[in-house]
Amino acid sequence: MRHARLALTVNGEKAETLFAPYKTLLEVLREDLNLTGTKHGCELGECGACAVLVDGEPQLACLVLALECEGRSIETVEGMAESWKSGAELHPLQAAFADLGAAQCGYCTPGILLTAKALLAHEPHPSRERIREAISGNLCRCTGYQQIIDAIEEGAARMSK
Amino acid sequence: MKVIGKPRRRVDGRAKVVGETRFADDVVLPRMLHMKLLRSPHPHALIEAINTEKAKAHPGVHLVLTGQDFPVTFGILPITQDEYPLAPQHVRYVGDPVAAVIARDEQTATEALDLIEVRYRPLDTISTPEEALAKAEPRIHAYSEQGNIHRLQAFQFGDADAAIAGADHVFEDLFFYEGNTHLPIEQHACVAAIDPDGKLTLWSSTQVPHYVHRSLARVLQMPASRIRVIATPNGGGFGGKCDVCNHEMVAAKAAVVLGRPVKICLNREEVFYLHRGRHPVLMKFRTGVTKDGKLAGMHLQTLVDGGGYGSYGVASTFYTGALQTVTYELPKYKFEAARVFTNKPPCGPKRGHGTPQPRFGQEIQLDKIAEKLGRDPADLRLGMLAKPNSLTANWLKIGSIGLEQCLKTVVERSDWRNRFRKLGAGHGLGLACGSYLCGAGLPIYWNKMPQSGVQLLLDRSGQATVFCGATEIGQGSDDVLTAIVAEVLGIDPLDIRCVTGDTGITPVDLGSYSSRVTVMMGNAAIDAAEKVKKQIAEAAAEELEVAPDRLVFANGHVSFDARSLTFPEAVVLAEEKFGTLGSVGSYKPPRSPGRYKGAGVGPSPAYSYTACVVEAEVDQATGWIHIPKIWIAHDIGRTINPVLARGQVEGSVYMGLSEALMEEQVFRRLPPKLSRALVHKMPSLLEYKSITSLDMPEVDTVLIEDPDPNCPFGAKEVGQGPLLPVMPAVANAIYDAVGVRIDELPITPDKVLRGLELKAAGKPARIGPEHFPKVPYPEPLVVPPPWEGGDGKEIKKNDAAAVV
Repeated sequence: MRHARLALTVNGEKAETLFAPYKTLLEVLREDLNLTGTKHGCELGECGACAVLVDGEPQLACLVLALECEGRSIETVEGMAESWKSGAELHPLQAAFADLGAAQCGYCTPGILLTAKALLAHEPHPSRERIREAISGNLCRCTGYQQIIDAIEEGAARMSK
Repeated sequence: MKVIGKPRRRVDGRAKVVGETRFADDVVLPRMLHMKLLRSPHPHALIEAINTEKAKAHPGVHLVLTGQDFPVTFGILPITQDEYPLAPQHVRYVGDPVAAVIARDEQTATEALDLIEVRYRPLDTISTPEEALAKAEPRIHAYSEQGNIHRLQAFQFGDADAAIAGADHVFEDLFFYEGNTHLPIEQHACVAAIDPDGKLTLWSSTQVPHYVHRSLARVLQMPASRIRVIATPNGGGFGGKCDVCNHEMVAAKAAVVLGRPVKICLNREEVFYLHRGRHPVLMKFRTGVTKDGKLAGMHLQTLVDGGGYGSYGVASTFYTGALQTVTYELPKYKFEAARVFTNKPPCGPKRGHGTPQPRFGQEIQLDKIAEKLGRDPADLRLGMLAKPNSLTANWLKIGSIGLEQCLKTVVERSDWRNRFRKLGAGHGLGLACGSYLCGAGLPIYWNKMPQSGVQLLLDRSGQATVFCGATEIGQGSDDVLTAIVAEVLGIDPLDIRCVTGDTGITPVDLGSYSSRVTVMMGNAAIDAAEKVKKQIAEAAAEELEVAPDRLVFANGHVSFDARSLTFPEAVVLAEEKFGTLGSVGSYKPPRSPGRYKGAGVGPSPAYSYTACVVEAEVDQATGWIHIPKIWIAHDIGRTINPVLARGQVEGSVYMGLSEALMEEQVFRRLPPKLSRALVHKMPSLLEYKSITSLDMPEVDTVLIEDPDPNCPFGAKEVGQGPLLPVMPAVANAIYDAVGVRIDELPITPDKVLRGLELKAAGKPARIGPEHFPKVPYPEPLVVPPPWEGGDGKEIKKNDAAAVV
């Protein structure tokens, strides 16, 4: 099989990679770009664990063909802190998640963080109901969601300070 | 206390939010190969021949393994070593692994699976417990007790039958709890590799690295000293990673044969078939009650659907009855249980292990009892609570019980007194309680060694490193370990380095199951930290000219009034005085007073208690159930980190509610043209329904602190107990809302509608099992309870008449 070439922006930096053309964005991120912070729970678009931002909008990386991402800008959990300030400190959402128990096992966390970041870009102060709707495609088996919703509210408050 | 009880960011919190927690599938090694398993498409069959030649010849394939490569069996319990890494001859459920391909990438391995030719001779399928009872043949396992009955258990603690017959009221109820699965978002994965010095290392998403270590030594017939198992942080466990798994054994073997790293990550469908989740249990409760609302005696019968292998099943079966005695005073108790084999994925331990099923039955039956006696369900329970520091009928030793306060708390916060039975049609409240172990009293394999060990290493930089075999599955085990050491040494938890779950470099801890970690690891950590603290205190005392026991370790200092050393200064003095600093601590639970055969399941250093009120709204036109709010109070003994403790309670509420309303691991027959195989009805995260953020109600969580002297700083478990009361509280709330009893799980809108139709037709508005099959339970083992002068041993049947 001939490898495909892809040029895109990942976490603000230009990246180029050669990869097997059948691969999804999830596989290219994890296997070819060594960004294993993006997780997978089904690879069928059912759990939300692999959500990343494609040109700022949350997408399930397991349902996106990498070939479709030529020239696009991808943000993964690894880039979140730097997207806020220098990277020396956490993004307020990350800090709130860590402080308030929103990450238990932490496996669904990257997908929810990015989904929440996209929500707050559109709605800086969403209601709890809006937060529930926004993350309803992200399954979490540990927390019962309550501390995640708390942390998104808290992250929103810290971002506007 | 400076650390314990204070809300803190967990020590591994940063890693989890920046994507740096390294889960098993994130482990990537140079020259790594990929493995896929070929699984049986038949629920029950004999393998007549396997031809792997074409697969071996496929470009990119490095190795093909079959059952012939694995002559030795394994299994989590010593008495049920009934699994082969790859089935050599007999497959027992759809999904049973029969061959493995190791190739340059997953794609190639998947292609080669299709080239393996297996000739099966299908056998009749045993699909239900009723069939297993009726058909001794074909036999799923030769070692089962009778035909396809895996295991029978029967105990009598006092003459329960007579007590029930003589009681003022007798209640007989059948309940059914459908099986369901753990559904961790992380799929099981492992990587096996050969170290530079020739030893084998396995990184695996396991809750039990110690047992995996032992099993690998057995299956590979290698010295355990040449095997290292590293439990990577689990992306959710819930009991689903408590078994030793086929794929771990096979990947390890492949790495040994090839001398190269080998990885496997199961796909989601495989995780559903690996299962080891909640056993479906049919239950019959016969309970005698006095007119003033006390339990006179109980006779519980359970029938447990085990699936195709033993797993933890013998223990799970004991647990369907062992803990019925620790919540309410029960003077006489008879318990009979049977586990059967069926041709479905093996069942095992899921959060609450064997106890949510009988808890569901008992708490609904108490609701029925309260109604019949005209008592408030909360008052009825308050009048029969087990007593602290007591022995139960089955010889379990209870320590502290904070249940009274839990009950009163949820009653008050939910405004129960003004709302129960008063909310109007379609709207109701339900209440239930529960209790759980803080660690199983006995290890899985018999030994007299500690169940948890902790090692501490300190050096002149002031750095402290703590080592323990305990496994971080998301629950916060690393945080508990670090917090306890930090509290004893008076330092910041974030200054401690924490190394866990690695059989190569950490002392043995049996693993993250049975809610044992806080209590067992915690006590071992205190033991280790106190030893090294004593050395530091002695050295610091000389410098500060004060008695060692007057020194205070807090805020990174060792001080007496104004005289103070920084912690690193004190460590330097101790290193000068004693040489290199380090200490070890260990923990073994107290011996349980029960001495009868079977007394090993149920004892625990302490028991946690929970009370829960659920509010339900039921649409009487559609049967749709909406849960607007849940109140829960959990007796945690002492809270180590309230942020994490609350998360465990709410996570338990979530999982319990999800089981109550929708989760079910159920099976269907493929049509005849497709082999009639018994397959999972919905092995996907979309179709296996679980609660989302939209369905989850707000939860009002209260932690009740009734410290138990057997526990570290008094801290009990919090990871499993809070799940237990949720399911029956939902059922009781639905009864309050619409007057329909749903005596089986899950409680779905169609069942509610059927109940409403029965009610409208003037029939008993109950949905649930209608009969309990005849099970050949043996004569019970007769064990007199403590108050009948017993000594914790069974009395031989011949002697029974003489003694009683």
